[in-house]
Amino acid sequence: MSSIGLLFILALYVSILFYIAYWAEKRSHSKWTNNPYIYSFSLAVYCTAWTYYGSIGVAAESGLSYLPIYLGPIIIIPTWMIILKRIIRISRVNKISSIADFISLRYGNSRFLGALVTVICVFGIVPYISLQLKSISDTFHIVTKTQSSDNIFTDTTTYVCLALALFASYYGTKYVDASEKRRGIVTAVAMESILKLVFFLIIGIYVTYFVYDGFGDIYTKASVLENFEKKNSIGDLTSGINWFFLCILSMFAIFLLPRQFHTAIVENNKETHIRTAIWLFPLYLLLFNIFVFPIAWGGNILFLGKGLNSDTYSLLIPQFFNNNFLTVLVFLGGFSAAISMIIVSSIALATMLSNNLLIPYGFIGSLENSSQEKNSKRIVNSRKIGIFTLIILAYAIYRIFILDYSLVSIGLVSFVVIGQLAPSFFGALFWRRGSKKGAITGIIIGFLICFYTLLIPYAIGITKSSSLFIQEGPWGVALLKPFQLFGLDYLESIPHAVFWSLFFNVICYTAISVSFKGNYRERNYAEMFVDIDKYITNHEDAFVWKGTAYISDIKKVLQRFLGEERTKRAMTIFNLKYNIDKNITTADARFIKFAENLLTGHIGTASAKILISSVVKEDKISLTEVLRILEESKENIIINKKLTDTSNELKKISNQLKNANLELVNKDIQKDEFLDTVTHELRTPITAIRAASEILHDDDDIPEELRKQFLQNIISESDRLNRLIDKILDLEKFETGKQKIYLSKNNISKTVEKTLLSLKQLIKNKKISIEFDDAGKEIKAFYDEERIIQVIYNLLSNAIKFSSETNGKISIKITEKKDVIEVRIHNNGKGIKEEDFEAIFDKFYQSRNQNVKKPIGSGLGLAICKQIIEHHKGKIWADNTETNGATFIFTLPNYNTTENY
Amino acid sequence: MKKILIVDDEPNIVMSLEYTFKKNNFEVFIARDGQEALEILKNQLPDVIILDVMMPMVDGYATLEQIKKDERLKHCKVIFLTAKNKEKDIEKGLSLGANLYVLKPFSVKKLVEQVQGLI
Repeated sequence: MSSIGLLFILALYVSILFYIAYWAEKRSHSKWTNNPYIYSFSLAVYCTAWTYYGSIGVAAESGLSYLPIYLGPIIIIPTWMIILKRIIRISRVNKISSIADFISLRYGNSRFLGALVTVICVFGIVPYISLQLKSISDTFHIVTKTQSSDNIFTDTTTYVCLALALFASYYGTKYVDASEKRRGIVTAVAMESILKLVFFLIIGIYVTYFVYDGFGDIYTKASVLENFEKKNSIGDLTSGINWFFLCILSMFAIFLLPRQFHTAIVENNKETHIRTAIWLFPLYLLLFNIFVFPIAWGGNILFLGKGLNSDTYSLLIPQFFNNNFLTVLVFLGGFSAAISMIIVSSIALATMLSNNLLIPYGFIGSLENSSQEKNSKRIVNSRKIGIFTLIILAYAIYRIFILDYSLVSIGLVSFVVIGQLAPSFFGALFWRRGSKKGAITGIIIGFLICFYTLLIPYAIGITKSSSLFIQEGPWGVALLKPFQLFGLDYLESIPHAVFWSLFFNVICYTAISVSFKGNYRERNYAEMFVDIDKYITNHEDAFVWKGTAYISDIKKVLQRFLGEERTKRAMTIFNLKYNIDKNITTADARFIKFAENLLTGHIGTASAKILISSVVKEDKISLTEVLRILEESKENIIINKKLTDTSNELKKISNQLKNANLELVNKDIQKDEFLDTVTHELRTPITAIRAASEILHDDDDIPEELRKQFLQNIISESDRLNRLIDKILDLEKFETGKQKIYLSKNNISKTVEKTLLSLKQLIKNKKISIEFDDAGKEIKAFYDEERIIQVIYNLLSNAIKFSSETNGKISIKITEKKDVIEVRIHNNGKGIKEEDFEAIFDKFYQSRNQNVKKPIGSGLGLAICKQIIEHHKGKIWADNTETNGATFIFTLPNYNTTENY
Repeated sequence: MKKILIVDDEPNIVMSLEYTFKKNNFEVFIARDGQEALEILKNQLPDVIILDVMMPMVDGYATLEQIKKDERLKHCKVIFLTAKNKEKDIEKGLSLGANLYVLKPFSVKKLVEQVQGLI
């Protein structure tokens, strides 16, 4: 593969990456960028070129020892549900944007501690970045079969560095508030995580199944090699202890590495995403490790005695078989692993540098008096410069010190350095007594020990093990031998350094914390961190502060960083949250904390405190007073919560009552209306009876024929009255549930025929033609036949009344559907207006609607039909799908198919 | 002979009214709803109109409004004869300009006396 060709592929690859970031940034609120999978895959930034190439190297040289780096995280990840959730909550409410912020805030906004953590991280991570650059450069030369160049202008790594610095500084510093989410970067990193895994699996499958005949074949061939047995067993207790310390180290690393803190905490936008991560991320690590062993030993067999660098077996094997495509694929995977680490680490470190070192120790003074635009620009620029500086620094280390250490060793040294943060970090989560002094001493002592036991010997050169310093200790004092400090001689160099540095670190941290009380601010944050679950919604309440402060002064400070618009919005939210009158001029503790929080994302915790302190007058509080106030506020929070709960409960009940009352009032109105209409309807026949009887009574010389007519009127009106009463009672029975339905198996077409028979005379009188094609068909259903006849009778007599005067026509259709049996009755009359479709089923609809009175009888017929059908669990409605006339449809459940009976 | 127009959609009630007023020497006209009534009023000028309220097409209130607009019918006495016995219905009827508001069920004899009292 030619250099130009590979460069072209790289350029293409990097531009795709830019595009993904661009795309994700634009859709920063869409599901594609905010899901637990993106989150989980972005965590796989843990797997750098070290995993990608280095693990194979370790597996080839020393067998199983590549595993602890993955076992540690896999063991600790299940606890994320508790620990990581807690860290995320603390960081979210306090707007923490890096591990330096986290530790410095917990130990009382300590400026020094923030800077110390930053320095430690830079110390640990920059060489690690150099290593990634080295891996890119080495593998590039392997793929192109060229030699590395001494001229920085012809060294491809130079350009890769520039591209990465540009990418990271563009997408990494988009927001002045460093606690904002950077969806572009995260999505790109997640994509790369997927790619590197897929490419690694492809080469793994290639080596295992195409170069060899599966795992068994490799095992058989490798087992005859020298030392195979020894390398591939854990061995004795000593190795067990070595393993143990390496596992502990990687457990810490998964929390503490700046890039892990960044992806897992700063970029987390939903706590629930952890739920997916706790299974997906370990699965990812396991998948990554399946083929490490076959590739390593496959390479060992293939290149036996050739003295090749085993780190690069995954490239050398496909190249050996002249498979250019696979070689490039593997190279791209390794490239992905390297650059995502570089990008995320440099962003995380640059934020720490600016927020915890440069601003609080450098230009905080000048920020105080500048405008918001200037400040934002300066902060962002300081981060951009930070990213460039870090990458250039890493590049310089890579260029100047020819790193001939393997990927793993430098990676592990970096872990040990970062591991020094563990005691103060985990102490922050679980231990209230941990103090700033303890944390600082612990970290410094731990770091010095690692400096002595690892960095110095590594600098001298592990290869020159003849060095007197290493062999016999300084000035010949054997107890001070850097690799066997105090005579501890059974640990390998890394576990040895882990043990001693953390041992002294923990002792210093705890001893000093217990012996010297911290100040009240530390104690205040200790409570907040440890009891974060209690303070999660109203964390400002947990902040203790006494003194004099004016909102206007603080507002001025906020405006310099947030601008007027955002400051105003933030203050409105604050006032709403705590129900504070916006005209109040003095600030309380909650507002101080709120303001510090707003600034934290921009300039870090320490600077935020410095800036706010500069405009307020704080009174000293004693530690006991802090504890008392905290206790009170804790009680207050509980009482408040109870009160809110009760008041919510009461609100709910009162709402229910209101609704019930409204319902009653409605029912009352309905009842009144009903009674009104009923009395009116009853009065009409009574009126007729009354009038006729009076005439018959008073008038003796009434002609015989008329006399009979009046008597006939009295009879028919009495019948009418009776029918009306029957129907009202019927309806009342249905509505109150007193009416029973007696279901039995019937044939619906028979029932229709029966009904038609009883209406025969009426139909004949109006000369209506009936169309009923389903007569004689067997369509069985369960229903109360008497009641359904009532319904059909009603619908048919309506249809008869309304069908057109000349050539009236009624059609009846029965359809058996899957769930229901449907009966349609259609007439060719005037039809019904669509707006009346529902109202016609109301009681006395017609009489209420004065203009269309009484074409039918009581005005109760359809209301009763509806009740009957609904009691059968069916439906009844009107429709006008047919062009002219009106159609009524009712359904009954089809128990033949649903088998409910 | 005095003329009377009976407007009601209940045939049995109309029959009793028709018989009674004829017997009391009235010339009786009958309409089944407001529309029919207005149709008859184009050609006839009755002395008394008996109006039901709830009728199809055009109800009693609307019919009265139309009657009041017609100059020729100024002298007509109008009686509402209805089962709507609520105070607000009575008020509405009278405010529209009816001379009497009689509730159903009613006494035929008394109604005749009331009508004769009006003219």
